[in-house]
Amino acid sequence: MSILVVAEHNNQQLNPTTLSALSAAFQLGETVDFLIAGNDCQSVVAQASKIPNVNKVLIADNEVYAHFLAENMAPLIADIAQGYTHILATATTTAKNIMPRVAALLDVQAMSDICAVVSEDTFKRPIYAGNLIATVQSMDAIKVITVRGTAFDAPVEEGGSASIEALDQTHDMAVSSFIDEQLAQSDRPELTAANIIISGGRGMASGDNFDLLYRIADKLGAAVGASRAAVDADFVPNDMQVGQTGKIVAPDLYIAVGISGAIQHLAGMKDSKVIVAINKDEDAPIFSVADYGLVADLFTALPELESKLS
Amino acid sequence: MKVLVAIKRVVDYNVKVRANADHSDVDLANVKMSMNPFCEIAVEEAVRLKEKGLVSEIITVTIGSAQAQEQLRTSLALGADRSILVETEQSIEPLAVAKCLKAVCDNENPDLILMGKQAIDGDNNQTGQMLASLLGCAQGTFASEVAVEDGKIAVTREIDGGLQTLKLALPAVVTTDLRLNEPRYASLPNIMKSKQKPLATVTAKELGVDVAARTVLLGVEPPAQRQAGIMVNDVAQLVDKLKNEAKVIS
Repeated sequence: MSILVVAEHNNQQLNPTTLSALSAAFQLGETVDFLIAGNDCQSVVAQASKIPNVNKVLIADNEVYAHFLAENMAPLIADIAQGYTHILATATTTAKNIMPRVAALLDVQAMSDICAVVSEDTFKRPIYAGNLIATVQSMDAIKVITVRGTAFDAPVEEGGSASIEALDQTHDMAVSSFIDEQLAQSDRPELTAANIIISGGRGMASGDNFDLLYRIADKLGAAVGASRAAVDADFVPNDMQVGQTGKIVAPDLYIAVGISGAIQHLAGMKDSKVIVAINKDEDAPIFSVADYGLVADLFTALPELESKLS
Repeated sequence: MKVLVAIKRVVDYNVKVRANADHSDVDLANVKMSMNPFCEIAVEEAVRLKEKGLVSEIITVTIGSAQAQEQLRTSLALGADRSILVETEQSIEPLAVAKCLKAVCDNENPDLILMGKQAIDGDNNQTGQMLASLLGCAQGTFASEVAVEDGKIAVTREIDGGLQTLKLALPAVVTTDLRLNEPRYASLPNIMKSKQKPLATVTAKELGVDVAARTVLLGVEPPAQRQAGIMVNDVAQLVDKLKNEAKVIS
C-alpha cells in the first residue's frame, strides 16, 4: 500500500481537519506521502514534515495553485497518482471540489465521505443523509477517497521528520480564475474544530436573537452553528449550517437550541459526545438523541444559562 | 446561449428510507420518487437565465429507467424546451453518468451545463466535477450566485469558511447549492403544454458509453442509534449535570 494524502491549507498553516485523512491513511498502510500544493506555502511544509509517520512531504509551490482551483489541482494530483494505491483527502468543500475531478482523469469511481476503513478496498460511507450506512468495495486500481473528518481522530502533530521533495509540474488550464473570497471573520473557533458548539434553529425567531447564543458561546469558548431552517429563514449565513447539507461536526458538547431535530440536522451532529437540547416542544425529535433535554422557552432559558455560567 | 441541465430521479426527500430485509440494498419498493431537490434548483436557474434573455434553449437530460421520463416532463413543465433520456436498466455510478453526459454534450455542444451539487440518495457529490474533468472545461461547484458577463460566467461558491467567487470560461459546469434560488411550482397549463414538448430517448450503448460498475455494494445498515438521555427540570440542573456528571464544562 502506498498512499497519497492531499493536504488542505491556506498557504500559511494546515487546516486541522486535513489530519483526519492522514489517520485514515495510516489505517490503510505504512507508506503515506503528504502533498502540499499551494503558493508560498513553505510554513505549511515545515508543519507537515513534523507529523510522525509521514514518509515524504511533496511540495508543489506555484502561483497556479494559490487558490486551489480544481482545474489546476486535479491534473497535478493525477500526474503523480500512478505510484499510489490510494489518494485521500478530508471531505471539505475544497476536496469535494477537486477529488472527483482527479478520479475522472484517472478513470476511476471515487468514494465520497467514508466514515470507516474496512479493508484496503472496502469502506463504509453514509448514504441518504446518514439514514443508512453503505459498505462499498472498490474494484479500481487506484482508490480516490474523501474522508469524513469527524470519523477519524487526528494523529499526533509533532515529533516526526519526513523528507521533503519538490515537484516542478505546473498545470494551468487557464479556464478559471479567482476573483475574491468573503470569509467569515470571527474570534470564535471554527465549527469543525470547536470542542463546544451551541446552535440555533427556527425557534430563535430572528437573526438578532442569535446574540443570545453568541454571549453564551463567548463564555464557553464555543462556536455557534445553525440548523438549515435558520439558514433558509435568513437568520444567519450558510457557513454556519450544521447538517447533511452543511458542516458535519462532532464536538465534546453540542447544545441545540430551538432546533426540532430534522434528520438532515441530526446527520450533521449526532456523533457529538454530549448533546443538550433546549426546546419548548416536548415532542421535538431532537430529544430522542439528547443526553440532557430541557423543555423550556429559550428566551428565558438562554439568559438564565448565560448568568449561571459566569 | 444553450444550457444543458442534468437531473436525477431519486427517492422523495420526505421518505424515510430503510434497508431491505437482508440488508443487501436500500428498500425502494413502492416509495415515492421525485426530482432531486438540488436538480430543481438547477432547472430553476436555467429558466431564470432564459427569462433574462441570456439563454436561447434549455435541454434537460437524465440517465435512468424509462420511469425517469416523469422527472423530465416535470422539467419541461417548469420551462425546459426539450429533454433527453439516456436509458439504462440499472442505476449507474457517477463516473458512468458523467461519461453519458459527456457524450450528450458532444452532440449538443451546450455553453453551460447546470446540475445539482449532489443527489440526496447516494450523496456522492461527484458527477458535475467528473463531467467538467471529462470535458476539460471549468467548474463552479456549490453555486449560490451565477452571473453571465461578457462571454464568461461569474460563480459565487459556498465554501467552508464563507463564499468564494470565480470567473469561468465557457463552456463550464456549474453545480447548484441550496441558496441559489427558490424553485417555482409548475402551473397546470404548463404541465399540459409539457406533454407536447419533445422528449428523445437514447441508450447508453447507443452513445458508446461503458457503464459497467466499478464498485460493489456489499450491504447497507442503519447507523448506530443514540440512546435518549434524561430530561432535566431547569437550567440550574442542566448546568450542574454538564459540570459534574458529563464534565464537559468547567
